[in-house]
Amino acid sequence: MLKVILWRLIGAIPNLIGVVVITFLLTRALPGDPAAFFAGQAATVEAVEQIREKLGLNKTLPEQFIVYLKDLARGDFGLSLSTGQPVATEIIQRLPASIELTFAGLLFAVAIALPLGVLAATRPGSWIDQLCRIITTAGVSLPTFFTGLLLSYVFYFLLGIAPSPLGRLDPVFMSPRAITGMYLIDSLLTGEGGLFWAAFKQLILPAITMGLFVLAPLARMTRASMLGVLSSDFIRTARASGLKGSTILYTYAFRNALLPVVTTLGMVFSFLLGSNVLVEKVFAWPGIGSYAIESLTASDYAPIQGFVLTMGVLYVLLNLLIDLAYALIDPRVGLEA
Amino acid sequence: MKRRDFLQTGSAAAVAATLPLEVFAQTRPKDVLVAANEFGPNSLDIHTVGANRPSYAVSWMCYDRLMTFGKKTLPDGQVMYDYTKLEPELAESWAVAKDGNSVTFKLRKNAKFHDGTPITAKDVKWSFDRAVTVGGFPSFQMKAGSLEDPKQFVVVDDHTFRVDFLRRDKLSMNDMAVPVASVFNSELVKKNATAQDPWGLNWTRNNVAGGGAFKVESWKPGQEIIYVRNDDWKNGPLPKLKRVIQRDIPNAGNRRALLVKGDIDITYTLPPKDFSEVAKEGGNVKVNSLPIENALWYLGMLSNKAPFNNPKVRQAVAYAVPYDKLYDSALYGRGAKMYGAATNDVKTIAWPQPTAYKNDIAKAKALMAEAGMANGFETTLSFDLGNATVSEPMAILIQESLASIGIKATINKVPGANWRAALLKKDMPMVINRFGGWLNFPEYFFFWCYHGQNAVFNTMSYQNDKLDKMITNARFAESKAIYDGEVKAMLRLAYEEVPRIPLFQPLQDVAMQKNVMGYMYWFHLEPDYRQLYKS
Repeated sequence: MLKVILWRLIGAIPNLIGVVVITFLLTRALPGDPAAFFAGQAATVEAVEQIREKLGLNKTLPEQFIVYLKDLARGDFGLSLSTGQPVATEIIQRLPASIELTFAGLLFAVAIALPLGVLAATRPGSWIDQLCRIITTAGVSLPTFFTGLLLSYVFYFLLGIAPSPLGRLDPVFMSPRAITGMYLIDSLLTGEGGLFWAAFKQLILPAITMGLFVLAPLARMTRASMLGVLSSDFIRTARASGLKGSTILYTYAFRNALLPVVTTLGMVFSFLLGSNVLVEKVFAWPGIGSYAIESLTASDYAPIQGFVLTMGVLYVLLNLLIDLAYALIDPRVGLEA
Repeated sequence: MKRRDFLQTGSAAAVAATLPLEVFAQTRPKDVLVAANEFGPNSLDIHTVGANRPSYAVSWMCYDRLMTFGKKTLPDGQVMYDYTKLEPELAESWAVAKDGNSVTFKLRKNAKFHDGTPITAKDVKWSFDRAVTVGGFPSFQMKAGSLEDPKQFVVVDDHTFRVDFLRRDKLSMNDMAVPVASVFNSELVKKNATAQDPWGLNWTRNNVAGGGAFKVESWKPGQEIIYVRNDDWKNGPLPKLKRVIQRDIPNAGNRRALLVKGDIDITYTLPPKDFSEVAKEGGNVKVNSLPIENALWYLGMLSNKAPFNNPKVRQAVAYAVPYDKLYDSALYGRGAKMYGAATNDVKTIAWPQPTAYKNDIAKAKALMAEAGMANGFETTLSFDLGNATVSEPMAILIQESLASIGIKATINKVPGANWRAALLKKDMPMVINRFGGWLNFPEYFFFWCYHGQNAVFNTMSYQNDKLDKMITNARFAESKAIYDGEVKAMLRLAYEEVPRIPLFQPLQDVAMQKNVMGYMYWFHLEPDYRQLYKS
């Protein structure tokens, strides 16, 4: 097992090298001119040139690349100009916020989508199947920023039951001591119940917004895969042998139907992590998606490179995790394959 | 209230009641202010490369200048800074030498930096040296007041500091009261400087080395900055607020909702439409609005290339702009109209002041015919997507109206990151843009925007020796009469030739709870929490 994991990680190195080269080239191919952007209010041509020199952008591309590689080897991702902070520090601060939100959103989605998909599959054409169809259609067709604004309008502005969309914590609270960077976990570890509750409340609306969006693929996938499994031979055999309905459903059918669902889960997770910019914007959530987008609009090279690289590493790890999960769910799946 | 108390009361209330946050909003102490803006500072030091506008406010409040500006109350009761009145801040007094070639400042003897070291003349010199040496924005801003060379800054003794002038420049004194001319704790910064970074910019980016009215308690870029009062501040009236929490809330709708619900006390950044609606709704929210000095929305035309090298064509466009429609549907009335005066024969030196242009399609058509362009032409109209809330509707309305005089304009949306670079290239035939100058003098504006030196803000690449001469004469005019004459001539020429069509003077809008008092307009347009308090 360990050997397999190690091999997989080594196998990922060429991919990561590719990611480094491509992001470097892509950021340089962007049309914006960071020197002109950061020269500020009263920029003259000389001022812009001074800044270009200061940023090392007057060097040739290969020279810039070598500088970048050297920094990277020292674990230095560079400095973000738009936020003024080292990229590594910011990613370390922001990634947990995104991961926490994404996990919460997925948890919500899974909690609704799996039962819904299973029920819809066992009773095709019934009202619950229709409900599943409606929810999934609505889920994908409502853009997340719209759902987010709607939820915040109704639950915060009109009803006043949700906390203000002011980010991860209300200003009266201090963030917990950073252990994992995820407020829910950190506040539990430090034993601050009130803080946990406050962070949890802030998390509800954005998590639901994200959850609603990914609910659709999950529920559809569960339903389809359950339908396929339920009509297969071994289920018929199990039924014929007089096994209990719930045993058939959960022990045999559901477990077999789970593989494609886990694949989808992995895909939506990585997708969400990077692309939940709109939710982050609506709820002032200091996540990694909005960080990347803001850097992109400012042609701020270092954070974009850092972001893509981090995402690359995360994808590699995530794929590994999913493969391991396969092996757990279905012993027939070999890891070496 | 101590941090621990905060946590305890906060969590107790949260656990016991699980009530919405209005509970906190109502019990929020009077000396704590919560603000929310679209984005916050990216640096704690205005001298660093790429420091954005909100970071000017940090320098403004956490550092001292030698002098600051006085304030004046306008007839409608609103308060703004007075650029004609310099008042003591770090310096308790100053005197310009009899020959007018230098100024000597006496520093306060009891002024201290946040770490307790006394502020002395050598700190002032070091800070000014830094500002003129580091290059980029700070050096260019200092240069605008003829402050260019470290040799100009002389330490006479611990509490006496002299600036030698290179030339008579009326902006020199004012330029020492802008955020760039802040005074740094030189020993503290030097301790944290490195060989590659002798001015310690990397350190001051994340740390305050000042002695201003506020200290930065915590700063999370992209999330929030928390200020606490410096109780030992001696360089002005002690702020009434003890603590200010400023959050970044990117979504405008949410900023508005937070304000209306009373969860935040003040916001500086809303789209014009929201300001206009919030102002009308009233309730517990009030909106303070003042025209931004020395600033204009304008339509610029590339004047060194056909077809806009012909003044008749430019005038035709000036008569084709649907000004009132822009005012209503793009600006939502949040601005002063800069058109429709009786004549272009300017009578006062008021700046900005309206041109005589108005929407008159018949006249525009006639001018196009006179220019030999009766059949019109094709061109592009560019704007900055960063300002899209206002610029995009403007562009569409102007496009529609230009079509009626035969000009077919294609709209070109330029992403915010590329806008500056696009302006520098000077090849966009028509642009919708906004420019404002810190120092409120028309010739300062003209120096950037019309002078043949072709600075980036002369987006029209307009070149006219006659105008250049007037601008220079106005800058260094010896008497008021000469100055007034030159400024009037300058405006007349610019309005007649009209390479840029003034549209509106924007408003500085700030929306706040009714109980927030003491708001004051500053030329840098950033929040100054030193004057604010809650009734």
